[in-house]
Amino acid sequence: MRRIVSVLLENESGALSRLIGLFAQRGYNIETLTVAPTEDHTLSRLTLTTVAGDDEIEQITKQVNKLVEVVKLVDLSEGDHVERELMLIKVKAKNDQREEIKRVADIFRGQIVDVVHDAYTIQLTGTSEKIDAFVKALPQDSVAEVVRSGVLGLSRGEKALSI
Amino acid sequence: MEKLSGADMLIRALQDEGVEYLFGYPGGAVLHIYDALFNQEKIKHILVRHEQGATHMADGYARATGRTGVVLVTSGPGATNAITGIATAYMDSIPMVVISGQVQSHLIGTDSFQETDMIGVSRPVVKHSFLVKEARDIPETIKKAFFIASSGRPGPVVVDIPKDKTNPNDLFEYKYPKSVSLRSYNPSQKGHTGQIQKAVDLLLKAEKPMIYSGGGVILGEASNALTALTRKLGFPITNTLMGLGGFPGTDQQFLGMLGMHGTYEANNAMHHCDVLLAVGARFDDRITNTPSMFCPNAKIIHIDVDPASISKTIRADIPIVGDVAVILKEMTDLVNNKKSKKPDKTLISKWWDQIALWREQDCLKIKRTAEDDQIIKPQDGVKAVYEATRGEAFVTSDVGQHQMFAALYYPFDEPRKWINSGGLGTMGFGLPSAMGAQIAFPESTVVCITGEGSIQMNIQELSTCSQYELPIKIINLNNQSLGMVKQWQDMQYEGRHSHSYMDSLPDFVGLAESYGHKGFKIQSRSDLEPVLNEVFSIKDKLVFVDIMVDPKEHVYPMLVAPNGSMRDMWLEKGVRT
Repeated sequence: MRRIVSVLLENESGALSRLIGLFAQRGYNIETLTVAPTEDHTLSRLTLTTVAGDDEIEQITKQVNKLVEVVKLVDLSEGDHVERELMLIKVKAKNDQREEIKRVADIFRGQIVDVVHDAYTIQLTGTSEKIDAFVKALPQDSVAEVVRSGVLGLSRGEKALSI
Repeated sequence: MEKLSGADMLIRALQDEGVEYLFGYPGGAVLHIYDALFNQEKIKHILVRHEQGATHMADGYARATGRTGVVLVTSGPGATNAITGIATAYMDSIPMVVISGQVQSHLIGTDSFQETDMIGVSRPVVKHSFLVKEARDIPETIKKAFFIASSGRPGPVVVDIPKDKTNPNDLFEYKYPKSVSLRSYNPSQKGHTGQIQKAVDLLLKAEKPMIYSGGGVILGEASNALTALTRKLGFPITNTLMGLGGFPGTDQQFLGMLGMHGTYEANNAMHHCDVLLAVGARFDDRITNTPSMFCPNAKIIHIDVDPASISKTIRADIPIVGDVAVILKEMTDLVNNKKSKKPDKTLISKWWDQIALWREQDCLKIKRTAEDDQIIKPQDGVKAVYEATRGEAFVTSDVGQHQMFAALYYPFDEPRKWINSGGLGTMGFGLPSAMGAQIAFPESTVVCITGEGSIQMNIQELSTCSQYELPIKIINLNNQSLGMVKQWQDMQYEGRHSHSYMDSLPDFVGLAESYGHKGFKIQSRSDLEPVLNEVFSIKDKLVFVDIMVDPKEHVYPMLVAPNGSMRDMWLEKGVRT
């Protein structure tokens, strides 16, 4: 099952490599990964998605928690949560295809952020499934380049991951 | 306030931390530190012959005393040579602080002379590590390093210090912090009261109970608490390789070691028990055999300071996270409590009858034909050492058959007396770890039980032993082969002994004497007792005893693998359960 693990860790050099190294060392996979400092600059917030069974995710969270630089951790997929991913996609769009691509982007509430005569750059946010669906909906062979942020998430309600 | 250089601050911080011994080897990146060391007398520096030796010495010192062992090495090869010793300490959760020199800050990342990314190289085998960025941070970093290394589940911590941070010309105000707190590190101490009550209730209802304890009992100074609870309950108990001495090895309730080379009675009692109390043990693959066939009828209570050890390989029914000594004490109090149900010895009398039958197997009996009456079996060697030392010595071992024979034939009545590399299985560990123990306890008898393969992996430290006059007794069970490898080749590769022989062996007696030590060679069984008595009467010298043992001997019992449970064992060559 797909899991979203969100981690508050000390914003120190080496902390990230320790966490990533742990995944490699123990044979856990990472599907997406995103990390940046929080409003408190001594802390970074890291979100990763992984595919793991119940026993494995229990081990993963315990092992990650053991890292000295990890302050707090939550498995967002355990409860109700909001998740988003951002994609920037460059799409080849010539002549008669330009209208069709713009229409698909509108349907998915994508924004065209750059235009040249034979291409659009489109920004799209949503769940990973929505983003996958958008890429699929584009005309075949039109995709020139894709960059995705990886999944971000927060739990629903008042509960917050903070110190 | 007093102003000191980074190098002086480091040495002062180690003094203020109460460090007695520093095991190290100098080099370019640590020259400032060695200069600071030169001008003081509080910390004694042990100059080793190879950095791996330094780490194992610090490790042996830590295991024998419970205090944190400290190592000082230079950058590059000095640091990488220390890695095996750091990994050894990591696998067995030994508190250790390793200070490594690093090239000057401005040279980091330029492939400069003797540069290696020590933080990166050591990352998978440390509990934590620090790269010193500012010299003024040195005292606090050292305090944190010792705190992390010795608290919770202990482990090695690396402190990597670029040379310019120890420059004698840059002075800083020195103050050693009394304590440190880290918001992200808070090892749990007290166990959950409700869980502890549940565990006690379950134990008191058990009809076939079993206690299985590991290295956590030794590390957590919990052997008194474990012994008190076990005696109160009257249950059978087994120890892992790392946990020997956690409960008195000569006690009637002790069934011997368990696991791959555990006793017939311990492994059978594990397999058939209905309630298993696991204390400071981690259900390692050398214990469980096939996990899905492990303890098929047991409810499992698991006490450990590290939550990640619980339900890692075997799911616990009642997990209890916390300091094992505190939790065991609490359990004993509950059992003693007037209101609670008393341990009912009649409930488990049938279980003890069954155990008595297993014991009749006499699985450790040395098998000998009339012709080989004078042939020395490796087990004879270990037993003779036990007799000659009255079971009171510190015993270290290397890795292989001799390690198993030592664990099985030298019962330990006290914790910290048995020192071996259980997790990583590091050949070359025995001699330097014995040195660490001997340095900590100069008046005690320290024995290194080894083999002619393992001893050669750190034999250069015989020189260090001369320099510091360490009167260790080295018992070399010499079978002229890598016995454990050969045993597996006999059992699984139709006896094809691919490169498991030891050719061109030195004359060990002459070698020891060339370093100024004494040496004896024993070739006949009748010589064992008199020669060993003489050896152990020599109090002021290292003695190397080269004992020529039966090269064909195997270690038994041995769990049947793959697809075996703990009751499936080889009992002798060609004979299995």
